[in-house]
Amino acid sequence: MRGKRLKKEQIFRRGYQMATKRWEPVIGLEVHAQLATESKMFSSDSTTFAAGDNENSSPVSLGLPGALPVVNRKAVELSVKMGLALNCSIRNVSRFARKNYFYPDLPKGYQISQFDEPLCEEGFVEFFVDGERKKIRIERAHMEEDAGKSIHHGGHTLINLNRAGVPLLEIVSGPDLRSPQEAAEYARTIRQILRYLEVCDGNLEEGSMRCDCNVSVREVGTEKFGTKVELKNINSFRFVEKALEYEIQRQIDCKESGEEIIQETRLYDSTKNKTFSMRSKENAHDYRYFVDPDLLPVRVEKDWIGKIRATLPELPVARSDRFRSEYELPQYDALVLTQEKELADYFEHAAKKSMQPKAASNWIMTELLRMLNDQKIDIQNSPISSDHLAELVLMIDQKEISGKMAKQVFQEMWKTSKSPKELVKSLGLSQITDEAEIQKIVDKVVSGNESQLADYRSGKTKLYGFFVGQAMKESQGQANPEILNRLLKKKLDS
Amino acid sequence: MELKNKSLFEIKDLIDGGSVSSVEVTKYFLDRIEKFDSDLNSFIQVNPKALDEAKAADDKIKSGQKGRLLGLPVGIKDLLCTKDLQTTAASKMLEGFIPPYSATVVERLKQEGAIVLGKLNLDEFAMGSSNENSYFGSVKNPWNLEFVPGGSSGGSAAAVAAGLAPVTIGTDTGGSIRQPASFCGVVGVKPTYGRVSRYGIVAFASSLDQAGPLSRTVKDGALISEVISGFDQWDSTTSEREVPQWSASISGDLKGKKVGIVKEYMEAKLHKDVEAQLKRAIDSLKEAGAEIVEVSLPLSRMAIPVYYMVATSEASSNLARYDGVRYGYRASFEDRPAESVEEFYCRTRGEGFGSEVKRRIMLGTYALSSGYYDAYYKKAGQIRRLLAEEFNEAFKKADVLIGPVTATPPFKLGDRISDPLEMYLNDIFTTSANLAGIPGMSVPMGFSEQGLPIGVQLMSAAYSEQVMFDAGQAVEERANISTRLPDGY
Repeated sequence: MRGKRLKKEQIFRRGYQMATKRWEPVIGLEVHAQLATESKMFSSDSTTFAAGDNENSSPVSLGLPGALPVVNRKAVELSVKMGLALNCSIRNVSRFARKNYFYPDLPKGYQISQFDEPLCEEGFVEFFVDGERKKIRIERAHMEEDAGKSIHHGGHTLINLNRAGVPLLEIVSGPDLRSPQEAAEYARTIRQILRYLEVCDGNLEEGSMRCDCNVSVREVGTEKFGTKVELKNINSFRFVEKALEYEIQRQIDCKESGEEIIQETRLYDSTKNKTFSMRSKENAHDYRYFVDPDLLPVRVEKDWIGKIRATLPELPVARSDRFRSEYELPQYDALVLTQEKELADYFEHAAKKSMQPKAASNWIMTELLRMLNDQKIDIQNSPISSDHLAELVLMIDQKEISGKMAKQVFQEMWKTSKSPKELVKSLGLSQITDEAEIQKIVDKVVSGNESQLADYRSGKTKLYGFFVGQAMKESQGQANPEILNRLLKKKLDS
Repeated sequence: MELKNKSLFEIKDLIDGGSVSSVEVTKYFLDRIEKFDSDLNSFIQVNPKALDEAKAADDKIKSGQKGRLLGLPVGIKDLLCTKDLQTTAASKMLEGFIPPYSATVVERLKQEGAIVLGKLNLDEFAMGSSNENSYFGSVKNPWNLEFVPGGSSGGSAAAVAAGLAPVTIGTDTGGSIRQPASFCGVVGVKPTYGRVSRYGIVAFASSLDQAGPLSRTVKDGALISEVISGFDQWDSTTSEREVPQWSASISGDLKGKKVGIVKEYMEAKLHKDVEAQLKRAIDSLKEAGAEIVEVSLPLSRMAIPVYYMVATSEASSNLARYDGVRYGYRASFEDRPAESVEEFYCRTRGEGFGSEVKRRIMLGTYALSSGYYDAYYKKAGQIRRLLAEEFNEAFKKADVLIGPVTATPPFKLGDRISDPLEMYLNDIFTTSANLAGIPGMSVPMGFSEQGLPIGVQLMSAAYSEQVMFDAGQAVEERANISTRLPDGY
């Protein structure tokens, strides 16, 4: 079964690669990120995910008669922060507009969003795809409120308004993405930045980040965009890639068979790995946008923008660039280590403390990340602290322990969270570097193996390894190999 | 004790002096409602707890507590949410709806010790100029039951005129306080947009709606305006400006003040009785020491189309929430289940809204539609801003403007209801103040030949209400009809 499926995928991929030699996909993404505020966009209702059904629904969230929205200042602040990180220009005056449509989980019959005067405009974001640097334009990023949730239940529909009014930032890319992989990487980058800034927790399962894709295809070398299709309902980066691959292939098939592509919204079904038509342009909503008369224009003074800018941390791409130049890390290491702010902080601390950046990187990238991933532990909760890792790296460098011993110590550090020094002592693992002591061992081994010594001295130099083994055994593996080698050679050759 | 034609200040003095209790006052008005309102239909519901509230107020009075309205009964237009008391907007859509919270205006009245007498009838969702659009039936004009009381705050105006409440709260989107005040012979104040919180008031047109008082005297209107005005953290369109004590500084002396006569209003075709009363009012202002100047508002002739574009557009969106999903009317789907969500909405909203409301929702939906937005809503907004500019210019020449409230005296029930356009023209002199966001008030001046009241309109610059109240005071002193009641009341 699995084999068959794999084969099918391989065939698809080969076909896809062939098809995209002639046809070029044009992709733009709309990422909806839930802003990490305690209260909703326009009311004091809590935004906690785990509340009971309809618990977070005051008159404002319920859309009761006469209830009015009031803007959450924190939501504006977080949006400005993200806008700045995306190199956007921030409007000093932006406006909220009503997007009118009927749906049972939309309590007011309109969603408060921003239309022709969004908060953030004309930015860009940089990231790497297969080692190649990409720069993708950000058209806009605007604030809006989320709708509630409909749960279809037999012949009934139940509505939970806990999400209704939760603040979102919709980040719209330019039509600059050229492959599903690039699109997925873009989405990962947006998530990474959101998390760096602590603007959004980026939790895809809880719906705090969602993604819509606009995609069209055109013949390679042509300028004009093809008819675009919007894909909705995509809740993972892997599905961004899968849904786009499927949809691009579908559109290419249409083009090649002379079929017309219809401008429409399609839903992605991840279990079937297919997209389905939801509504065509003819049935598209006329949202009747107009400025919300209940809200004043949002004024963001230059001073405030300056203050927010001052709080921006170093962003992932800049940080990976710096890791490459400052710590001389390879690009791959730099990218992996900057994926999460906490991981980058962890590395940087260990690198500085140990003064061995590459060694620190190696330990993190191989041993630590493997263990963390296996046990699904965040770097913040790593049982091995950055201090302890640095200490371990330093001990290896100063030959207090061998690399082999270090691996054993590392395992103990993972289990106990104790410092490597402490562990080496309690386990009796420390290296013997005292020359007199090693000399004793060498003397003992050499004098105890007279026949082998004779053979060695008569030219059977291969026996050198035998003496090393015996000496190591005698020292219980704790002898410093360099010193041991030097003293042994000297003794044997004397 | 006769309280029916007494001002709020007079009743307040009686309560403060201990000659009457809040319970007695409240009971007095409840009895009058019982006696007269079956004909007038001005109340949709009286507050069953009114007497309990009055008892509590009396206890406060005894214990020496103060409040600007302590123990005084107030009627509330049934467009304002009242906690635990049905709020209908005179619509089948909200029949039986009991809000879990009160409008800020209601809260502020209560904080000052006011007693809520009950909820007053209106045109459905405040859409109308005759109070004939109420799901709970038309309100009658107490001066002649064959005539309309005006609208949409018809119940609020009729109740004060008939002495069923000393003061009431109405709302004004395009004249809905001033026009019924004029038709019923009471004072009606529409404050500056941004003075009074809209929180908890069923929204009609958010950029125009403003609540205000209807009262027997200008000074009463000034006091209630003071109480309900001021910044509200729940309505971001409210102003943080300090609210002056208008009622304490009120004066009918207009020496050194300039009163502007609007050229376009004087040139309009006015009913002779309206014209006569307007001239009398201008003379009274002269007598009070004001200098009369002429101002021009050329764009005021565009007020009706601009108003109906803005108001219906906003209404089409504001009324979208009445969908039968969470509260309010829901069509019966027992026998014939809905086959789609659309059908659910269509049947619920089709049955729940009255025809005028549906007409305005459709007008507004059309005006906001893509392809029409620029020609209608956007253009209306542009003219609106220019009109506000014209008012700014006019207020450089004059402190207060005077004009008619309506072109005609009150009309008969049924006369105009079949012709929406003619009905809309009622608002020709009142909508400008809403569009420009400035305060306006209607003050009774006299009566038509048929014996129906006629008021005059005063307007001042935004946040300059004092001069408007002063001019109102001058008119009121010379009209000298504030204690008059219709025959039989």
